Amino acid sequence: MSGTGNIVTPLPFPTLARRELGDQQLRHNLRKATHTIRDKRLRVVGEVPDWEQLRMAGAAIKDDVLARLPSLLEQFEAAATAAGATVHWARDAAEACAVVADLVLATGTAEVVKVKSMATQEIGLNEALEAVGIHAVETDLAELIVQLADDTPSHILVPAIHYNRTQIRDIFLERMPGVDASSLTDDPPALAEAARRHLRARFLSTKVGISGANFAIADTGTLTVVESEGNGRMCLTLPETLISVVGIEKLLPTFADLEVFLQLLPRSSTGERMNPYTSLWTGVTPGDGPQTVHIVLVDNGRTDTLADPVGRQALRCIRCSACLNVCPVYERVGGHAYGSVYPGPIGAILSPQMSGEGANRTLPYASTLCGACFDACPVRIDIPQVLVHLRQSGVDASRGRPSAERTAMRTMSYVMRDRRRYAAALRAARRGAAPLRLVAGRRGALRRLPWPLSAWTSVRDAPLPPKQTFREWWTREHSS
Amino acid sequence: MSTPPDARTEILRRVRAAQPSSSAPVPRDYAADDGPAGVALVDLLVDRLEDYKATVRRCAAASLPATVASLLTGVPSVAVPPGLPAEWLSAYPGTVSRDEADALTVADLDAPGVAVVTGCAVAVAQTGTLILDASPDQGRRLLTLVPDHHICVVHTSQIVERLPAALRRLPDPTRPLTMISGPSATSDIELNRVEGVHGPRRLDVVIVA
Ligand code: SF4
Repeated sequence: MSGTGNIVTPLPFPTLARRELGDQQLRHNLRKATHTIRDKRLRVVGEVPDWEQLRMAGAAIKDDVLARLPSLLEQFEAAATAAGATVHWARDAAEACAVVADLVLATGTAEVVKVKSMATQEIGLNEALEAVGIHAVETDLAELIVQLADDTPSHILVPAIHYNRTQIRDIFLERMPGVDASSLTDDPPALAEAARRHLRARFLSTKVGISGANFAIADTGTLTVVESEGNGRMCLTLPETLISVVGIEKLLPTFADLEVFLQLLPRSSTGERMNPYTSLWTGVTPGDGPQTVHIVLVDNGRTDTLADPVGRQALRCIRCSACLNVCPVYERVGGHAYGSVYPGPIGAILSPQMSGEGANRTLPYASTLCGACFDACPVRIDIPQVLVHLRQSGVDASRGRPSAERTAMRTMSYVMRDRRRYAAALRAARRGAAPLRLVAGRRGALRRLPWPLSAWTSVRDAPLPPKQTFREWWTREHSS
Repeated sequence: MSTPPDARTEILRRVRAAQPSSSAPVPRDYAADDGPAGVALVDLLVDRLEDYKATVRRCAAASLPATVASLLTGVPSVAVPPGLPAEWLSAYPGTVSRDEADALTVADLDAPGVAVVTGCAVAVAQTGTLILDASPDQGRRLLTLVPDHHICVVHTSQIVERLPAALRRLPDPTRPLTMISGPSATSDIELNRVEGVHGPRRLDVVIVA
């Protein structure tokens, strides 16, 4: 069964990308943000001498999880249940939303507090709850900004990356009830203080909290949430009822495996040695935290993804967003161009696999295949390999009907056959890009790339190639 | 209220049908063990804590009460977990509320000016992380969450170099665990790290030799 919900793009990538490329402010904010996190990440990763070994272990542990998924799911369910949690299962987005809505309705409450979670965005939980009269309050600062602005997130980790401080102040002034207009400046601490005041009463009184989980530990039944602001701790600790929505691929076999992932995740995502707060809880602890604990295990297209031997590595993903921050395409078009809650390189391989529908088939073309995403990925997902594979299968699906995708694929697979030839082609593209940067103007897209990439750009605008690939940069930095 | 049984059955069937590849051994060539303990470890922890904007004091065991009292200058009332050694607060002149039998309410802890003093289970030098495991000297999770000021006492014997060693020290991973690395912070506005959103905005760490 294919996945549903906010993973299906309404329009093909090239259409959305062209629209987003027209937004100068967006591109400016994006460039600044992605470069800042990218630099921080490189610094803290450089501090860890065994980083490559941790990546190898992380990838292997996740592959082991996928290989033993049925028994690990049953083990997790048994352990969590023994610890006092109730485990539910949902095949797709609609079923997951229905399970959560029923659980909330049964408590009789009309408002829930939420900690940022990709899984709940994926299933469209807020909209589903709204439809049955339950208001979901996003408590992560960036999610709050996006929710107040009636917008959608544009980045996994920093969903409001497309707003600058002045825009955020304007949103707060206009939309945040009871905000003190006279004292609110666009100073980040002042904005954070406004958010703290706005949410405090809700944290202290709301009866139901909703979360996702970064990791679910099979041998203990433990869930883990990694966060910064403390809103997660509030949602996980103070409500009477806690409902956590967890993708079935989030499992780790043992508690000890956290020693790998809690090193990989913070450094890859926020570029910190450790994020300010990590919470772990196992079912119900009498007298401490929520006394009613539910866990909703969600498939929503994950088993489809698992069935593809090449594509299943996308399920290793720990949603760190490092691949977004290094991606030359993401940097230019932003998260909204991908039309799914999973943007960037990971979105380009995850969204089409979880939901093979319609416009999602254009997503595997949203890449220059430069390979920077693989280098950055803490669980070594070979995103370029999966992209090429998905382009190939897209072409297979339309065999006999010569399509633009098919032409593009032929070129790209030719290019990919030999890494040196590909690198040379990209370098040529960048040399060609220098004068083209001028004519491309505000669209920032190239009409034509030098052969052999020209067969691709003849059917769609290609984003401007970066001045140097991460790979070249890395080689240069590390050879001196 | 529970899910129809067929969702579970069908998902498990689909996972089995996907025939994931067979399981391979995991290469664990990363550094799982700590280097030698020593003074350098304490210095590293201090450096990392300060880098993430915690305040650090170092003292001998005998001067712990005085150090804690000095950090509480001007604080009228302190909440403590049930098993916190009474002598830690013996030099503090204000009111001490002990969370015995879960006596303290959210409103008590949210009152202006309330600070909380706890111990910790283990501290990770390399990342500046304090791990709390709800032991009697650390208490319920809300104790270290709702007050705006947290003082955490770390004994040098509790400091390890790296995360793997820290996780192995925890006696029971199914207790509620909280890992704290600096005061609460956000980077959501133009990626500037701003200390102090919803968790305690002031984190003081006392390292006792
Ligand atoms: S694919 Fe890798 S780099 Fe990208 S978000 Fe997932 S884990 Fe992070």
